[in-house]
Amino acid sequence: MAKITYIEFGGVEHVVDVPNGQTVMEGARDNGIPGIDAECGGACACSTCHVYVDSAWVDKLPAKEGMEEDMLDFAFEPDPVRSRLTCQVKVSELLDGLIVQMPERQI
Amino acid sequence: MTDIVIIGAGQAGASLAIKLRALGHEGKLTLIGEESSPPYQRPPLSKGFLLGEMELDRLYLRPLSFWEEQGVTLQIGEQVSSIERTAKTVRVGDKTIPYDQLALTMGSQPRCLPESIGGGLPGVYTVRTLADVETMKPEFHRGRHMLIVGGGYIGLEAAAVGAKLGLKVTLIEMAPRILQRVAASETSDYFRKIHTDHGVQIIENTGLARLSGDTRVTGAVLSDGSEIDVDFIVVGVGIAPLTLLAEEAGLVIENGIHTDELGRTSDPNIWAAGDCTSFPHRGGRLRLESVGHAIDQAETVAQNMLGAMVPYCAKPWFWSDQYDVKLQIAGLNTGYDRVITRKGDSESISFWYYKGDTLLAVDAMNDARAYMIGKRLIEADKSPDPAIIAELGTDLRMLLKI
Ligand SMILES: Cc1cc2nc3c(=O)[nH]c(=O)nc-3n(C[C@H](O)[C@H](O)[C@H](O)COP(=O)(O)OP(=O)(O)OC[C@H]3O[C@@H](n4cnc5c(N)ncnc54)[C@H](O)[C@@H]3O)c2cc1C
Ligand code: FES
Repeated sequence: MAKITYIEFGGVEHVVDVPNGQTVMEGARDNGIPGIDAECGGACACSTCHVYVDSAWVDKLPAKEGMEEDMLDFAFEPDPVRSRLTCQVKVSELLDGLIVQMPERQI
Repeated sequence: MTDIVIIGAGQAGASLAIKLRALGHEGKLTLIGEESSPPYQRPPLSKGFLLGEMELDRLYLRPLSFWEEQGVTLQIGEQVSSIERTAKTVRVGDKTIPYDQLALTMGSQPRCLPESIGGGLPGVYTVRTLADVETMKPEFHRGRHMLIVGGGYIGLEAAAVGAKLGLKVTLIEMAPRILQRVAASETSDYFRKIHTDHGVQIIENTGLARLSGDTRVTGAVLSDGSEIDVDFIVVGVGIAPLTLLAEEAGLVIENGIHTDELGRTSDPNIWAAGDCTSFPHRGGRLRLESVGHAIDQAETVAQNMLGAMVPYCAKPWFWSDQYDVKLQIAGLNTGYDRVITRKGDSESISFWYYKGDTLLAVDAMNDARAYMIGKRLIEADKSPDPAIIAELGTDLRMLLKI
């Protein structure tokens, strides 16, 4: 279980507990947090689950794989350092306290 | 305040309900679905879920509590049997539910093998619903022989799952090649090789004559007269839009429930979205079977039900997972006259469909960059010179600046 803070583009914060093994995308979906569309349901095929990871967390997350990296290049206003596809980030105890911010829109 | 009823609690129905609430619709909202599960995603049914890599609760589009919090009356396990357009009600069992506006998101049903050739025997499965997959899953045991009828994406995905789980897999395709209906021979060749490398036997140009077995299927006779022993059969021979309910209500049907560019059917109080519709597209009419389309069309319909009146502009995209290959498709290749191959690094390749000088579609295998760039170019109606595409050295990103 990890406590994750999702911050909507407008600044609204949602702090939720996400079980280990789920993805950061599923944590948002299952808690009704708006701003992460996740059209492909986590198949790394749509890039509509994009967030900016809080700077302090960038290095603590598991590294991006090539596919995620390429998809992110074409997300809405990606940040080369902080952008992640939430469906590719698995939750574990190590992510307890993670803070992510939603972009203005997904496409 | 208007009462909205949505028939069909699948991808499009769920997206429609979510969007209506997000846009501020405060009236009564009822989502009726005949399946016993809350709205869930279908793509993993022939991929991760069948493989056993993804658990059931991850399939749901939203947790059950979400619908309650959103004030959506979710009536699952209930089938709508008729629509009374003059009374503006729908019938569910012995109840009638009134509506001011109605949305049809009934999806489609898989084509089945005819009963006359043994299509009704136990051990013959189609892949559409969670229930279908739950019943077929126990058949997937190492060493068993699965026959797949139909070499489209569903059949090929099932073949990949079978091969990965150690089954003996035979796939027959009636057309001269797998994926003939949806892709160029380059893409067919690519997937034929991958499957053959994984031990799947692909037999093209060959149909099914009949199935044998008394209490369940035990064998198949192919159109060339050969006979094979099988343990079970997966049928992936396409789908048909679910239009009966609309047809009986007197709505116009044209290869799906006919909608205008707003998503409205021939009755101004009835809308439709997803697999079950055909809609105007580039001077003709189109029906699409994909998650992206179901979401986008439903979201446009939600806006229009609330008065926005924006036309739906389809931006077709699709994906498929087989073994370690992710196929991503952008655009529609209908009418292509040549295909340009672009090799990426060792594992990636993409095929670019052109009609004359116009780029129509891209099939990208493990090449998200080619897919995303192709998608943007097609959506912007831009067609790069095919010679540039084939040139390995070009940074595709430059194309977006043209
Ligand atoms: C195995 C499989 C894999 C797929 N893989 C992909 C993929 O990788 N990528 C992709 O883009 N697309 C994929 N698709 C296609 C995609 O899932 C569909 O295009 C999408 O689900 C269509 O959404 P829909 O809402 O129109 O229909 P559905 O999601 O099918 O929902 C329709 C619902 O309406 C219900 N219904 C019908 N009639 C009634 C009635 N009278 N009363 C009450 N309820 C009713 C049905 O039971 C169903 O639950 C796949 C489909 C399948 C089956
Ligand atoms: S949900 Fe589609 S890429 Fe993450």
